Amino acid sequence: MNKTVTAAEAVARLRSGMTLGIGGWGARRKPMTLVRELLRSAISDLTVVSYGGPDVGMLCAAGKVKKLVYGFVSLDAIPLEPHFRKAREAGAIEARELDEGMLQWGLRAAAMRLPFLPTRVGLATDVMTYNPEFRTIRSPYADGEVLLAMPAIHLDAALVHVDYADRLGNTQILGPDPYFDDLFARAAEHCFVSCEHFVDRLDLARSDAAKANFFERYLVTGVVHAPFGAHPTSCAPNYGWDMDHLKRYCAGAAEENGWARYASEFLSGTEADYQAEVGGAERIGKLPIAAL
Amino acid sequence: MSQSADFTLCELAIVAAAEAWRGNGEVIASGIGVAPRIAAGLAKLTHSPDLLLTDGEAYLVEEPVPLGPRGDHHTGFAGWMPYARMFECLWRGNRHSMTTPTQIDRWGQSNLSCIGDFRKPKTQILGPRGFPGNSINHANSMFAPAHSPRVFVEGEVDMVGSAGYNPARWIAGVRRDYVDLRIIVTDLCVMDFGAPEHAIRVASLHPGVSFEQVQAATGFPLLKAGDMRVTPAPSAAQLEIIRRLDPHDLRAAVIRGNPPGVRKPA
Repeated sequence: MNKTVTAAEAVARLRSGMTLGIGGWGARRKPMTLVRELLRSAISDLTVVSYGGPDVGMLCAAGKVKKLVYGFVSLDAIPLEPHFRKAREAGAIEARELDEGMLQWGLRAAAMRLPFLPTRVGLATDVMTYNPEFRTIRSPYADGEVLLAMPAIHLDAALVHVDYADRLGNTQILGPDPYFDDLFARAAEHCFVSCEHFVDRLDLARSDAAKANFFERYLVTGVVHAPFGAHPTSCAPNYGWDMDHLKRYCAGAAEENGWARYASEFLSGTEADYQAEVGGAERIGKLPIAAL
Repeated sequence: MSQSADFTLCELAIVAAAEAWRGNGEVIASGIGVAPRIAAGLAKLTHSPDLLLTDGEAYLVEEPVPLGPRGDHHTGFAGWMPYARMFECLWRGNRHSMTTPTQIDRWGQSNLSCIGDFRKPKTQILGPRGFPGNSINHANSMFAPAHSPRVFVEGEVDMVGSAGYNPARWIAGVRRDYVDLRIIVTDLCVMDFGAPEHAIRVASLHPGVSFEQVQAATGFPLLKAGDMRVTPAPSAAQLEIIRRLDPHDLRAAVIRGNPPGVRKPA
Protein backbone atom coordinates (compact mmCIF):
# COMPACT_ATOMS: atom_id res chain seq x y z
CA MET A 1 0.00 0.00 0.00
CA ASN A 2 1.31 3.41 -0.92
CA LYS A 3 -0.81 6.53 -0.38
CA THR A 4 1.86 8.97 -1.48
CA VAL A 5 0.59 11.61 -3.90
CA THR A 6 1.74 15.04 -5.02
CA ALA A 7 -0.18 18.13 -3.98
CA ALA A 8 -1.43 18.46 -7.56
CA GLU A 9 -2.66 14.85 -7.54
CA ALA A 10 -4.48 15.44 -4.25
CA VAL A 11 -6.16 18.59 -5.53
CA ALA A 12 -7.09 16.78 -8.76
CA ARG A 13 -9.32 14.60 -6.61
CA LEU A 14 -11.37 17.66 -5.54
CA ARG A 15 -14.26 19.18 -7.48
CA SER A 16 -16.03 22.49 -7.66
CA GLY A 17 -19.03 22.65 -5.36
CA MET A 18 -17.53 20.35 -2.72
CA THR A 19 -17.64 20.87 1.03
CA LEU A 20 -14.05 21.10 2.18
CA GLY A 21 -12.78 21.00 5.76
CA ILE A 22 -9.41 22.58 6.55
CA GLY A 23 -7.53 21.64 9.73
CA GLY A 24 -5.32 23.83 11.93
CA TRP A 25 -6.44 26.89 13.87
CA GLY A 26 -6.12 30.55 12.83
CA ALA A 27 -2.52 31.10 11.80
CA ARG A 28 -1.39 27.71 13.13
CA ARG A 29 -0.56 24.49 11.27
CA LYS A 30 -2.68 25.17 8.21
CA PRO A 31 -2.18 22.86 5.19
CA MET A 32 -1.03 25.81 3.08
CA THR A 33 0.82 23.86 0.39
CA LEU A 34 -2.48 22.12 -0.39
CA VAL A 35 -4.39 25.42 -0.15
CA ARG A 36 -1.93 27.04 -2.58
CA GLU A 37 -2.43 24.14 -5.00
CA LEU A 38 -6.18 24.70 -4.69
CA LEU A 39 -5.63 28.40 -5.41
CA ARG A 40 -3.74 27.46 -8.59
CA SER A 41 -6.61 25.21 -9.73
CA ALA A 42 -9.88 26.04 -11.49
CA ILE A 43 -11.91 24.63 -8.57
CA SER A 44 -14.52 27.04 -7.20
CA ASP A 45 -17.95 27.26 -5.60
CA LEU A 46 -16.66 25.65 -2.42
CA THR A 47 -18.24 25.33 0.98
CA VAL A 48 -15.30 25.76 3.35
CA VAL A 49 -15.39 24.60 6.98
CA SER A 50 -12.52 25.95 9.06
CA TYR A 51 -11.21 27.48 12.25
CA GLY A 52 -10.14 30.10 9.80
CA GLY A 53 -6.82 31.78 9.13
CA PRO A 54 -5.08 32.74 5.87
CA ASP A 55 -6.48 29.55 4.29
CA VAL A 56 -9.93 31.13 4.42
CA GLY A 57 -8.73 34.63 3.57
CA MET A 58 -6.87 33.46 0.46
CA LEU A 59 -9.71 31.25 -0.78
CA CYS A 60 -12.12 34.17 -0.27
CA ALA A 61 -9.80 36.59 -2.06
CA ALA A 62 -9.52 34.17 -4.99
CA GLY A 63 -13.31 33.97 -5.25
CA LYS A 64 -13.41 30.24 -4.58
CA VAL A 65 -15.77 30.31 -1.60
CA LYS A 66 -19.54 30.16 -1.96
CA LYS A 67 -20.31 29.36 1.64
CA LEU A 68 -18.16 29.57 4.75
CA VAL A 69 -18.77 27.65 7.99
CA TYR A 70 -16.58 29.06 10.79
CA GLY A 71 -16.27 30.04 14.42
CA PHE A 72 -13.79 32.81 13.61
CA VAL A 73 -11.32 33.88 10.97
CA SER A 74 -8.16 35.44 12.41
CA LEU A 75 -4.40 35.58 11.94
CA ASP A 76 -3.87 35.54 15.73
CA ALA A 77 -1.16 38.21 16.09
CA ILE A 78 -3.07 40.12 13.39
CA PRO A 79 -6.55 39.67 14.89
CA LEU A 80 -8.62 40.65 11.85
CA GLU A 81 -8.22 38.75 8.55
CA PRO A 82 -8.55 41.52 5.93
CA HIS A 83 -9.37 39.40 2.87
CA PHE A 84 -12.09 37.54 4.75
CA ARG A 85 -13.48 40.85 6.03
CA LYS A 86 -13.52 42.26 2.54
CA ALA A 87 -15.49 39.28 1.23
CA ARG A 88 -17.97 39.52 4.11
CA GLU A 89 -18.40 43.28 3.80
CA ALA A 90 -19.03 42.89 0.07
CA GLY A 91 -21.71 40.30 0.85
CA ALA A 92 -19.74 37.95 -1.41
CA ILE A 93 -20.01 34.79 0.67
CA GLU A 94 -22.79 32.98 2.48
CA ALA A 95 -21.65 33.10 6.11
CA ARG A 96 -22.56 30.38 8.58
CA GLU A 97 -21.14 31.52 11.90
CA LEU A 98 -20.92 28.95 14.67
CA ASP A 99 -19.58 28.86 18.17
CA GLU A 100 -16.12 27.20 18.09
CA GLY A 101 -17.45 24.33 20.18
CA MET A 102 -20.48 23.82 17.93
CA LEU A 103 -18.22 23.44 14.92
CA GLN A 104 -16.33 20.51 16.45
CA TRP A 105 -19.63 19.12 17.72
CA GLY A 106 -21.04 19.07 14.17
CA LEU A 107 -17.86 17.40 12.89
CA ARG A 108 -18.12 14.87 15.73
CA ALA A 109 -21.72 14.03 14.76
CA ALA A 110 -20.60 13.40 11.18
CA ALA A 111 -17.64 11.39 12.47
CA MET A 112 -20.00 9.11 14.41
CA ARG A 113 -22.52 8.85 11.55
CA LEU A 114 -25.17 10.61 13.66
CA PRO A 115 -27.63 13.16 12.22
CA PHE A 116 -26.99 15.57 15.10
CA LEU A 117 -25.64 15.93 18.61
CA PRO A 118 -27.49 17.84 21.34
CA THR A 119 -26.02 20.89 23.01
CA ARG A 120 -27.08 24.04 24.81
CA VAL A 121 -24.52 26.06 22.90
CA GLY A 122 -26.00 28.49 20.41
CA LEU A 123 -29.39 28.77 22.08
CA ALA A 124 -30.56 32.32 22.88
CA THR A 125 -28.05 33.76 20.39
CA ASP A 126 -28.10 34.89 16.76
CA VAL A 127 -26.28 31.71 15.77
CA MET A 128 -29.84 30.31 15.60
CA THR A 129 -31.04 33.30 13.55
CA TYR A 130 -28.36 33.02 10.89
CA ASN A 131 -28.38 29.22 10.67
CA PRO A 132 -32.11 29.02 10.05
CA GLU A 133 -32.07 25.27 9.38
CA PHE A 134 -31.04 24.54 12.98
CA ARG A 135 -33.72 22.86 15.09
CA THR A 136 -34.24 22.20 18.77
CA ILE A 137 -35.14 18.87 20.35
CA ARG A 138 -36.78 18.05 23.67
CA SER A 139 -35.06 15.57 25.95
CA PRO A 140 -37.18 12.39 26.07
CA TYR A 141 -36.24 11.93 29.74
CA ALA A 142 -37.83 13.34 32.87
CA ASP A 143 -35.93 16.64 32.61
CA GLY A 144 -37.69 17.52 29.33
CA GLU A 145 -34.98 20.08 28.56
CA VAL A 146 -35.03 21.74 25.14
CA LEU A 147 -31.65 21.53 23.41
CA LEU A 148 -30.16 22.52 20.09
CA ALA A 149 -29.76 19.59 17.69
CA MET A 150 -26.43 20.51 16.13
CA PRO A 151 -26.54 18.93 12.66
CA ALA A 152 -23.67 16.80 11.43
CA ILE A 153 -21.14 18.66 9.27
CA HIS A 154 -20.31 16.22 6.48
CA LEU A 155 -17.18 16.96 4.49
CA ASP A 156 -16.45 15.73 0.98
CA ALA A 157 -12.78 16.15 1.74
CA ALA A 158 -10.51 17.34 4.54
CA LEU A 159 -7.04 18.86 4.25
CA VAL A 160 -4.70 18.73 7.25
CA HIS A 161 -1.00 19.34 7.83
CA VAL A 162 0.99 17.15 10.23
CA ASP A 163 4.60 16.74 11.31
CA TYR A 164 5.17 13.15 10.28
CA ALA A 165 3.38 10.80 7.94
CA ASP A 166 4.24 7.49 6.34
CA ARG A 167 3.45 5.71 3.11
CA LEU A 168 0.50 3.90 4.74
CA GLY A 169 -1.20 7.08 5.96
CA ASN A 170 -0.10 6.96 9.60
CA THR A 171 0.48 10.43 11.04
CA GLN A 172 2.01 12.23 14.02
CA ILE A 173 1.28 15.78 15.20
CA LEU A 174 3.99 17.17 17.49
CA GLY A 175 2.69 20.66 18.15
CA PRO A 176 1.17 21.71 21.46
CA ASP A 177 -2.41 21.27 20.22
CA PRO A 178 -3.79 18.83 17.63
CA TYR A 179 -6.80 21.18 17.33
CA PHE A 180 -9.64 19.26 15.64
CA ASP A 181 -7.69 17.72 12.77
CA ASP A 182 -8.82 14.28 13.93
CA LEU A 183 -12.47 15.27 13.61
CA PHE A 184 -11.94 16.89 10.21
CA ALA A 185 -10.45 13.55 9.09
CA ARG A 186 -13.32 11.58 10.63
CA ALA A 187 -16.05 13.81 9.17
CA ALA A 188 -14.68 13.56 5.63
CA GLU A 189 -15.15 11.10 2.79
CA HIS A 190 -11.50 11.65 1.93
CA CYS A 191 -8.69 13.19 3.93
CA PHE A 192 -5.51 14.46 2.33
CA VAL A 193 -2.60 14.90 4.69
CA SER A 194 0.46 16.99 4.00
CA CYS A 195 3.50 16.40 6.19
CA GLU A 196 6.73 18.12 7.21
CA HIS A 197 8.58 14.80 7.30
CA PHE A 198 7.83 11.70 5.28
CA VAL A 199 9.01 8.27 6.37
CA ASP A 200 8.33 4.87 4.91
CA ARG A 201 7.01 3.34 8.15
CA LEU A 202 6.29 5.29 11.34
CA ASP A 203 6.16 2.08 13.38
CA LEU A 204 9.78 1.47 12.44
CA ALA A 205 11.00 5.07 12.43
CA ARG A 206 9.18 6.68 15.37
CA SER A 207 7.57 4.02 17.51
CA ASP A 208 8.26 5.98 20.70
CA ALA A 209 6.13 8.90 19.49
CA ALA A 210 3.00 6.83 18.75
CA LYS A 211 0.97 8.94 21.25
CA ALA A 212 1.33 11.80 18.77
CA ASN A 213 -0.95 9.84 16.41
CA PHE A 214 -4.49 11.28 16.63
CA PHE A 215 -6.39 9.50 13.86
CA GLU A 216 -6.19 6.15 12.09
CA ARG A 217 -4.72 5.61 8.66
CA TYR A 218 -8.00 4.20 7.26
CA LEU A 219 -9.19 7.84 7.32
CA VAL A 220 -6.33 8.99 5.11
CA THR A 221 -6.70 8.89 1.32
CA GLY A 222 -3.47 10.59 0.30
CA VAL A 223 -0.16 11.66 1.84
CA VAL A 224 1.72 14.64 0.41
CA HIS A 225 5.31 15.29 1.45
CA ALA A 226 5.31 19.06 1.91
CA PRO A 227 8.21 20.38 4.03
CA PHE A 228 7.35 23.87 5.32
CA GLY A 229 3.87 23.18 4.02
CA ALA A 230 2.22 25.27 6.75
CA HIS A 231 4.02 28.49 5.76
CA PRO A 232 3.10 31.34 6.34
CA THR A 233 1.29 29.79 9.34
CA SER A 234 3.21 28.23 12.21
CA CYS A 235 4.11 24.61 12.64
CA ALA A 236 5.42 24.37 16.21
CA PRO A 237 7.85 23.00 17.24
CA ASN A 238 9.40 23.31 13.74
CA TYR A 239 8.86 26.97 12.86
CA GLY A 240 6.73 29.98 13.78
CA TRP A 241 4.39 32.01 11.62
CA ASP A 242 5.94 34.40 9.11
CA MET A 243 4.73 37.78 10.33
CA ASP A 244 6.50 39.70 7.55
CA HIS A 245 4.83 37.59 4.92
CA LEU A 246 1.42 37.76 6.62
CA LYS A 247 1.71 41.56 6.73
CA ARG A 248 2.61 41.63 3.04
CA TYR A 249 -0.41 39.42 2.30
CA CYS A 250 -2.70 41.59 4.45
CA ALA A 251 -1.52 44.82 2.84
CA GLY A 252 -2.87 43.54 -0.47
CA ALA A 253 -6.44 43.69 0.86
CA ALA A 254 -6.27 47.48 1.01
CA GLU A 255 -4.75 47.91 -2.47
CA GLU A 256 -6.39 47.90 -5.86
CA ASN A 257 -5.71 44.46 -7.37
CA GLY A 258 -3.72 43.66 -4.24
CA TRP A 259 -4.70 40.00 -4.24
CA ALA A 260 -3.92 39.64 -7.96
CA ARG A 261 -0.46 41.07 -7.33
CA TYR A 262 0.08 38.71 -4.39
CA ALA A 263 -1.05 35.77 -6.53
CA SER A 264 1.19 36.67 -9.44
CA GLU A 265 4.14 37.18 -7.14
CA PHE A 266 3.72 34.06 -5.00
CA LEU A 267 1.34 31.62 -6.68
CA SER A 268 2.17 31.74 -10.37
CA GLY A 269 4.95 29.16 -10.14
CA THR A 270 5.48 25.90 -8.32
CA GLU A 271 5.66 25.34 -4.57
CA ALA A 272 9.46 25.34 -4.90
CA ASP A 273 9.22 28.77 -6.55
CA TYR A 274 6.98 29.93 -3.70
CA GLN A 275 9.47 28.82 -1.09
CA ALA A 276 12.33 30.51 -2.92
CA GLU A 277 10.23 33.68 -3.15
CA VAL A 278 9.61 33.75 0.63
CA GLY A 279 13.26 33.25 1.54
CA GLY A 280 13.85 29.55 1.17
CA ALA A 281 13.81 26.59 3.51
CA GLU A 282 16.62 27.96 5.63
CA ARG A 283 14.71 31.15 6.43
CA ILE A 284 11.38 29.41 7.08
CA GLY A 285 13.04 26.84 9.31
CA LYS A 286 14.39 29.65 11.50
CA LEU A 287 11.14 31.59 11.92
CA PRO A 288 10.78 31.95 15.69
CA ILE A 289 7.76 30.56 17.49
CA ALA A 290 5.88 33.50 18.98
CA ALA A 291 5.75 33.87 22.77
CA LEU A 292 2.16 34.64 23.68
CA MET B 1 2.36 67.21 31.81
CA SER B 2 2.84 65.80 35.26
CA GLN B 3 0.79 62.87 36.45
CA SER B 4 -0.55 63.25 39.94
CA ALA B 5 -0.98 59.55 40.47
CA ASP B 6 1.66 56.87 40.43
CA PHE B 7 -0.55 54.26 38.81
CA THR B 8 -2.32 54.24 35.49
CA LEU B 9 -6.00 53.88 34.79
CA CYS B 10 -5.30 50.52 33.17
CA GLU B 11 -3.56 49.30 36.33
CA LEU B 12 -6.56 50.41 38.39
CA ALA B 13 -8.86 48.55 35.96
CA ILE B 14 -6.66 45.43 36.13
CA VAL B 15 -6.94 45.36 39.93
CA ALA B 16 -10.72 45.81 39.64
CA ALA B 17 -10.89 43.07 37.00
CA ALA B 18 -8.96 40.64 39.22
CA GLU B 19 -11.84 40.92 41.70
CA ALA B 20 -14.03 39.04 39.21
CA TRP B 21 -12.30 35.79 40.21
CA ARG B 22 -12.23 36.36 44.00
CA GLY B 23 -13.56 33.33 45.82
CA ASN B 24 -14.17 31.33 42.63
CA GLY B 25 -12.22 28.33 43.91
CA GLU B 26 -10.86 25.77 41.47
CA VAL B 27 -11.97 27.04 38.06
CA ILE B 28 -9.99 27.96 34.98
CA ALA B 29 -9.57 31.74 34.96
CA SER B 30 -9.43 32.70 31.28
CA GLY B 31 -8.44 36.32 30.92
CA ILE B 32 -8.49 36.91 27.18
CA GLY B 33 -6.56 39.95 25.99
CA VAL B 34 -3.81 41.91 27.72
CA ALA B 35 -5.61 43.44 30.72
CA PRO B 36 -7.89 40.45 31.53
CA ARG B 37 -4.91 38.09 31.34
CA ILE B 38 -2.83 40.20 33.74
CA ALA B 39 -5.90 40.43 35.98
CA ALA B 40 -6.34 36.64 36.10
CA GLY B 41 -2.67 36.23 37.03
CA LEU B 42 -2.99 38.93 39.70
CA ALA B 43 -6.05 37.19 41.16
CA LYS B 44 -4.17 33.91 41.42
CA LEU B 45 -1.09 35.48 42.99
CA THR B 46 -3.11 37.43 45.57
CA HIS B 47 -6.58 36.54 46.79
CA SER B 48 -7.46 33.43 44.76
CA PRO B 49 -4.56 30.95 44.67
CA ASP B 50 -6.81 27.97 43.83
CA LEU B 51 -7.47 29.27 40.30
CA LEU B 52 -6.17 27.33 37.29
CA LEU B 53 -4.51 29.25 34.47
CA THR B 54 -3.26 28.36 31.00
CA ASP B 55 -0.20 29.53 29.13
CA GLY B 56 -2.44 31.02 26.42
CA GLU B 57 -1.60 28.08 24.16
CA ALA B 58 -2.33 24.54 25.31
CA TYR B 59 -0.95 23.97 28.80
CA LEU B 60 -2.12 24.46 32.37
CA VAL B 61 0.24 26.41 34.61
CA GLU B 62 0.39 27.05 38.35
CA GLU B 63 2.32 30.30 37.95
CA PRO B 64 1.02 32.97 35.58
CA VAL B 65 3.04 33.24 32.37
CA PRO B 66 4.33 36.81 31.84
CA LEU B 67 3.15 38.45 28.61
CA GLY B 68 5.34 38.64 25.53
CA PRO B 69 8.94 37.56 24.98
CA ARG B 70 10.41 36.26 28.22
CA GLY B 71 14.00 35.28 27.47
CA ASP B 72 15.03 32.20 29.36
CA HIS B 73 12.09 32.34 31.74
CA HIS B 74 10.29 29.01 31.65
CA THR B 75 7.02 28.25 33.36
CA GLY B 76 6.44 24.61 34.24
CA PHE B 77 3.34 22.91 32.90
CA ALA B 78 0.90 21.28 35.30
CA GLY B 79 -1.29 19.75 32.65
CA TRP B 80 -2.29 19.66 29.02
CA MET B 81 -5.27 21.74 27.90
CA PRO B 82 -5.70 21.60 24.12
CA TYR B 83 -8.88 23.13 22.73
CA ALA B 84 -10.70 19.79 22.81
CA ARG B 85 -10.23 19.65 26.58
CA MET B 86 -11.09 23.32 26.95
CA PHE B 87 -14.54 22.60 25.52
CA GLU B 88 -14.94 19.70 27.94
CA CYS B 89 -14.03 22.05 30.78
CA LEU B 90 -16.26 24.89 29.75
CA TRP B 91 -19.31 22.81 28.84
CA ARG B 92 -19.08 21.40 32.35
CA GLY B 93 -18.98 24.91 33.78
CA ASN B 94 -15.50 24.87 35.38
CA ARG B 95 -14.40 28.21 34.00
CA HIS B 96 -14.79 31.94 34.42
CA SER B 97 -13.67 33.94 31.44
CA MET B 98 -13.24 37.65 30.84
CA THR B 99 -13.35 38.91 27.26
CA THR B 100 -13.47 42.26 25.46
CA PRO B 101 -16.59 42.31 23.26
CA THR B 102 -17.10 44.94 20.57
CA GLN B 103 -20.68 45.59 21.72
CA ILE B 104 -22.53 44.92 24.99
CA ASP B 105 -26.23 45.51 25.59
CA ARG B 106 -28.46 46.09 28.63
CA TRP B 107 -29.17 42.34 28.87
CA GLY B 108 -25.46 41.47 29.00
CA GLN B 109 -25.59 40.05 25.47
CA SER B 110 -22.40 40.74 23.57
CA ASN B 111 -21.00 40.72 20.05
CA LEU B 112 -17.66 39.93 18.46
CA SER B 113 -18.97 39.06 14.98
CA CYS B 114 -19.86 42.09 12.95
CA ILE B 115 -21.28 45.61 13.00
CA GLY B 116 -24.32 46.31 10.89
CA ASP B 117 -26.51 43.87 8.97
CA PHE B 118 -25.17 40.35 9.31
CA ARG B 119 -25.80 39.53 5.65
CA LYS B 120 -23.61 42.37 4.41
CA PRO B 121 -21.97 43.88 7.46
CA LYS B 122 -20.53 47.35 7.65
CA THR B 123 -17.59 45.87 9.57
CA GLN B 124 -16.80 42.19 9.89
CA ILE B 125 -14.88 41.36 13.04
CA LEU B 126 -13.97 37.82 14.14
CA GLY B 127 -17.07 35.67 14.38
CA PRO B 128 -18.77 34.37 17.53
CA ARG B 129 -15.62 32.52 18.67
CA GLY B 130 -16.55 30.81 21.96
CA PHE B 131 -19.12 33.39 23.06
CA PRO B 132 -22.29 31.27 22.68
CA GLY B 133 -20.77 28.33 24.54
CA ASN B 134 -19.08 30.36 27.25
CA SER B 135 -22.18 32.39 27.99
CA ILE B 136 -24.58 29.47 28.37
CA ASN B 137 -22.20 27.30 30.40
CA HIS B 138 -20.10 29.20 32.90
CA ALA B 139 -19.36 32.47 34.65
CA ASN B 140 -18.40 35.39 32.43
CA SER B 141 -17.11 38.90 32.96
CA MET B 142 -16.30 41.59 30.45
CA PHE B 143 -13.69 44.27 29.90
CA ALA B 144 -14.42 47.45 27.95
CA PRO B 145 -11.43 49.80 27.67
CA ALA B 146 -13.36 52.55 25.82
CA HIS B 147 -16.71 53.04 27.54
CA SER B 148 -19.05 54.69 25.03
CA PRO B 149 -22.53 54.32 23.55
CA ARG B 150 -20.92 52.55 20.59
CA VAL B 151 -19.89 49.73 22.93
CA PHE B 152 -22.82 49.91 25.36
CA VAL B 153 -25.49 50.09 22.69
CA GLU B 154 -29.05 51.33 23.04
CA GLY B 155 -30.88 48.27 21.68
CA GLU B 156 -29.61 44.74 21.21
CA VAL B 157 -26.06 44.17 19.97
CA ASP B 158 -25.89 43.70 16.18
CA MET B 159 -25.11 39.98 16.35
CA VAL B 160 -25.93 38.31 19.65
CA GLY B 161 -22.95 36.03 20.23
CA SER B 162 -23.11 35.76 24.02
CA ALA B 163 -26.46 34.82 25.51
CA GLY B 164 -27.64 37.10 28.27
CA TYR B 165 -30.69 37.99 30.31
CA ASN B 166 -33.05 39.09 27.51
CA PRO B 167 -36.23 37.08 28.15
CA ALA B 168 -37.31 37.44 24.52
CA ARG B 169 -34.32 35.32 23.45
CA TRP B 170 -35.20 32.30 25.59
CA ILE B 171 -37.69 29.75 24.30
CA ALA B 172 -39.64 27.57 26.71
CA GLY B 173 -37.82 24.53 28.06
CA VAL B 174 -34.30 25.86 27.51
CA ARG B 175 -32.15 25.83 30.61
CA ARG B 176 -30.95 29.32 31.35
CA ASP B 177 -29.79 29.00 34.94
CA TYR B 178 -26.19 28.37 33.86
CA VAL B 179 -25.98 31.93 32.49
CA ASP B 180 -23.90 33.72 35.09
CA LEU B 181 -22.73 37.22 34.20
CA ARG B 182 -20.53 38.74 36.88
CA ILE B 183 -18.87 42.11 36.28
CA ILE B 184 -18.00 44.57 33.52
CA VAL B 185 -14.82 46.60 34.05
CA THR B 186 -14.47 49.71 31.91
CA ASP B 187 -12.24 52.77 31.79
CA LEU B 188 -14.92 54.63 33.77
CA CYS B 189 -16.35 52.18 36.27
CA VAL B 190 -17.17 48.65 37.39
CA MET B 191 -20.69 47.41 36.72
CA ASP B 192 -22.53 44.27 37.75
CA PHE B 193 -25.85 42.56 37.08
CA GLY B 194 -27.14 42.91 40.63
CA ALA B 195 -30.28 44.97 40.02
CA PRO B 196 -33.72 43.32 39.73
CA GLU B 197 -34.00 41.06 36.67
CA HIS B 198 -30.22 41.20 36.30
CA ALA B 199 -30.30 44.82 35.15
CA ILE B 200 -26.88 46.44 34.95
CA ARG B 201 -25.88 48.76 37.76
CA VAL B 202 -22.76 50.72 38.60
CA ALA B 203 -20.93 49.05 41.46
CA SER B 204 -18.02 51.47 41.65
CA LEU B 205 -16.85 54.64 39.90
CA HIS B 206 -13.19 55.08 39.06
CA PRO B 207 -11.58 58.02 40.91
CA GLY B 208 -12.74 61.37 39.53
CA VAL B 209 -15.62 59.89 37.47
CA SER B 210 -19.26 60.78 38.14
CA PHE B 211 -22.30 58.55 37.69
CA GLU B 212 -23.68 61.10 35.20
CA GLN B 213 -20.52 60.76 33.13
CA VAL B 214 -20.95 56.98 32.99
CA GLN B 215 -24.63 57.32 32.13
CA ALA B 216 -23.83 59.75 29.30
CA ALA B 217 -21.37 57.22 27.86
CA THR B 218 -23.91 54.37 27.98
CA GLY B 219 -26.70 53.73 25.48
CA PHE B 220 -29.16 52.41 28.05
CA PRO B 221 -30.28 53.53 31.52
CA LEU B 222 -28.04 52.47 34.39
CA LEU B 223 -28.84 51.95 38.04
CA LYS B 224 -26.64 52.71 41.03
CA ALA B 225 -25.70 49.99 43.46
CA GLY B 226 -26.92 50.82 46.98
CA ASP B 227 -23.32 50.78 48.16
CA MET B 228 -21.81 52.38 45.05
CA ARG B 229 -18.27 53.36 45.94
CA VAL B 230 -15.02 54.50 44.42
CA THR B 231 -12.93 51.78 42.75
CA PRO B 232 -10.01 51.06 45.08
CA ALA B 233 -6.53 52.20 44.05
CA PRO B 234 -3.93 49.47 43.48
CA SER B 235 -1.62 48.71 46.37
CA ALA B 236 2.15 48.79 45.96
CA ALA B 237 2.20 44.99 46.13
CA GLN B 238 -0.44 44.70 43.40
CA LEU B 239 1.45 47.14 41.16
CA GLU B 240 4.63 45.14 41.64
CA ILE B 241 2.88 41.94 40.52
CA ILE B 242 1.30 43.69 37.52
CA ARG B 243 4.72 44.94 36.41
CA ARG B 244 6.18 41.47 36.81
CA LEU B 245 3.37 39.85 34.77
CA ASP B 246 3.66 42.49 32.01
CA PRO B 247 7.39 43.27 31.75
CA HIS B 248 7.04 44.89 28.30
CA ASP B 249 4.27 47.25 29.46
CA LEU B 250 1.79 46.00 26.86
CA ARG B 251 -0.90 47.37 29.20
CA ALA B 252 0.15 50.92 28.25
CA ALA B 253 -1.69 50.44 24.93
CA VAL B 254 -4.94 49.09 26.42
CA ILE B 255 -6.65 52.40 27.27
CA ARG B 256 -6.25 55.21 24.78
CA GLY B 257 -3.59 57.69 25.89
CA ASN B 258 -2.67 55.50 28.91
CA PRO B 259 -4.11 58.07 31.36
CA PRO B 260 -3.29 58.22 35.07
CA GLY B 261 -5.48 56.29 37.49
CA VAL B 262 -6.87 59.36 39.20
CA ARG B 263 -8.60 61.76 36.84
CA LYS B 264 -8.55 65.45 37.57
CA PRO B 265 -12.13 66.61 38.17
CA ALA B 266 -13.52 68.01 34.89
